[in-house]
Amino acid sequence: MAAQRIGLFATCPVDLFRPSVGFATAALLEAAGFTVEVPPQSCCGQVSYNNGLRDDAREVAWQLVQAFEPYDYTVLPSGSCAGMISHHYPALFAGDVRLPRVEDFCQRVYELTTFLVEVAGFTRLADNTASLSCTYHDSCAGLRELGIQAQPRELLGHCGGVVLKEMTDTNVCCGFGGTFCVKFGKVSAHMADAKLDNALATGADLLLGGDVSCLLHLAGRARRRGLDLQVRHIAEVLAGALSQPAIGEAAGQGSGKGRAP
Amino acid sequence: MSAVRQFNTRAHKALADSQLQRALAKARSGFVDKRAHAAASEPDFEHMRDQAREVRQRALANLAMCLEQFEQQVLAAGGQVHWAETPDDLRRIVIDICRDSGARAVTKGKSMVGEEAHLNVALEAAGITPWETDLGEYIIQLAKEPPSHIVAPALHKTRGQIEHLFRDAHRLGERALDEVSQLVDEARAVIRERFLNADVGITGANMLIAETGTAVLVTNEGNGDLTARLPRTHIITTSFDRVVPTWDDASKIIRVLARSATGQPITSYTSFFSGPRAGNEQDGPDQFHVVLLDNHRSALLGTEFETMLHCIRCGACMNHCPVYQAVGGHTYNAVYPGPMGAVLSPLLRGAPQDDALPNASSFCGRCEAVCPVRIPLPGLMRKLREREQQQTPAIASRWLLRLHARLSRHPALYRSLTGWGSRALALAAGGRGRLRRIPLLGGWSRERDLPAPQGGSFQQQWQARKGRG
Repeated sequence: MAAQRIGLFATCPVDLFRPSVGFATAALLEAAGFTVEVPPQSCCGQVSYNNGLRDDAREVAWQLVQAFEPYDYTVLPSGSCAGMISHHYPALFAGDVRLPRVEDFCQRVYELTTFLVEVAGFTRLADNTASLSCTYHDSCAGLRELGIQAQPRELLGHCGGVVLKEMTDTNVCCGFGGTFCVKFGKVSAHMADAKLDNALATGADLLLGGDVSCLLHLAGRARRRGLDLQVRHIAEVLAGALSQPAIGEAAGQGSGKGRAP
Repeated sequence: MSAVRQFNTRAHKALADSQLQRALAKARSGFVDKRAHAAASEPDFEHMRDQAREVRQRALANLAMCLEQFEQQVLAAGGQVHWAETPDDLRRIVIDICRDSGARAVTKGKSMVGEEAHLNVALEAAGITPWETDLGEYIIQLAKEPPSHIVAPALHKTRGQIEHLFRDAHRLGERALDEVSQLVDEARAVIRERFLNADVGITGANMLIAETGTAVLVTNEGNGDLTARLPRTHIITTSFDRVVPTWDDASKIIRVLARSATGQPITSYTSFFSGPRAGNEQDGPDQFHVVLLDNHRSALLGTEFETMLHCIRCGACMNHCPVYQAVGGHTYNAVYPGPMGAVLSPLLRGAPQDDALPNASSFCGRCEAVCPVRIPLPGLMRKLREREQQQTPAIASRWLLRLHARLSRHPALYRSLTGWGSRALALAAGGRGRLRRIPLLGGWSRERDLPAPQGGSFQQQWQARKGRG
């Protein structure tokens, strides 16, 4: 039987800022026995949707549905965009003749860690030689719209060398919130600081999460404050793809902690 | 100044106010932990939430019948029901009743509808002295400030600030007020005197039970009972949407109300007021008035915003909101702050400045996750954002958003543009891994660096690899 085909939807922040997360995602899915393809893609429509431009969001969503419905599964390294699709697309197309196709598609859309645990049952994850002291931030949409909480932790448990140190308020928002972080910059930074301080308090060297958007915001704030804390997407750790510098760090720079001696 | 900028001006002041930040930090840990404990120690809690929501849905679905029954029962018990379409109507009705009672001073329990109608200002203007009897309300009355929270009006005050207020108002000399219990005793001594001297008592109501014409009031201080029962006249100011069909329904709301608000299984006092003193009763007022405010609520019935009327005013949404926790209630500059206020305030008042409120949310969804009646607050805020986009003229940011959407509908074009964008940003960052300042992206870079892209975009790099492979 031919391998099942996965359409990899990288999401805007990965496409623009963090291709290594896209490649790590592809590597994990291929190792789990799937064929991975990356069709031409843009945005899931969440930016329009959350800013009150519902009609725009629907048409952006429709191009995504059309591009990805031929695949057996669509997998995203983001709880936020996956939540937008599987949680909000059906409401967005309510009363629209395209709804049945949208609903059929949405049932085959998965966030990465959920897919690896619940569909692929994949546990042959990276065996890091160096010890990685990590803490995990639960991004809001993934947590509250899709119930992603146990999955990333289970996968990290299968990952060699990872020591997970849970922080206080791991389920509280980091302050990104899409255009919120630009419109209400200081409030957003205040929320990021609370998150970063909680992460630092665990003594972990590496702050992990499942959404590059939140992580760009957190890493950017950590760099601005000069904090000794690296930020990465969980896919990079699971795939053992740590050759690229952590988010916002220059090659060979940043904190020396948490690296192989 | 735009609504968002006004909000930010207040938010920045709040973030820099160390006293406020101390008060907020204390409240945050208190409310959140207590609610979590209450929810965890009640195995049936999720079911209770479903039941409470069903009560609210059914009450609104049968609203006309419930209200008619409520009014008939109040009348039968010898009380009166007044319908106030606007805050102005409510003020006029209340002042008329006070004047008929010959009132010079009134005691007041906490009533958010009273706040909504700015009742104290109107009473004073009419020569009637309002004495707040809820401790939090009393504190902010002394401070001449509006409430910053719907359950804990003086949440923004530290113990030290309250001590100063009391020393100024009570002329105490050197008496010790170092402990919270001393502050409470101090307020009690002052307020107790007033219970006995008031001509009229004004309270709010948490619910109105249709089947018996009963107003339900929950408090932790017992001030509601004394305000309602000691003066000759009791006026209840509330809104019509508080109505529930039966006592059984009311008990379903009570089960989730205090658990969600303060983590208590039930408040210290739960009072049921059914009309004036009857012939065979010793205590209670001679007159019993219920004033029901509309203030645009009825316009929400049957609309996409109707679920907002399900709200039981527990305050859990604001207690759990990271934005509220950061900036406090006064930053919202509205009677109702936090997530429920971000929806209700624009719908009730509809001032241009309220447009900022539904935008001042990261849509983290925690409010909806803890709402005892499961109001989809982020969804309602999103609908208000849609309404704003439809009703206000386009500004530059909207053109950018629309351009982004237009581009996103053409993935091939999008791919080539983001490819170039990634490269350009990566080049601009040089080997530093991040940019400190980015033209046109000041909103981002004022507070944080921008992590640099890794060369070209993912789609570009993927194509290049597959091409080689």
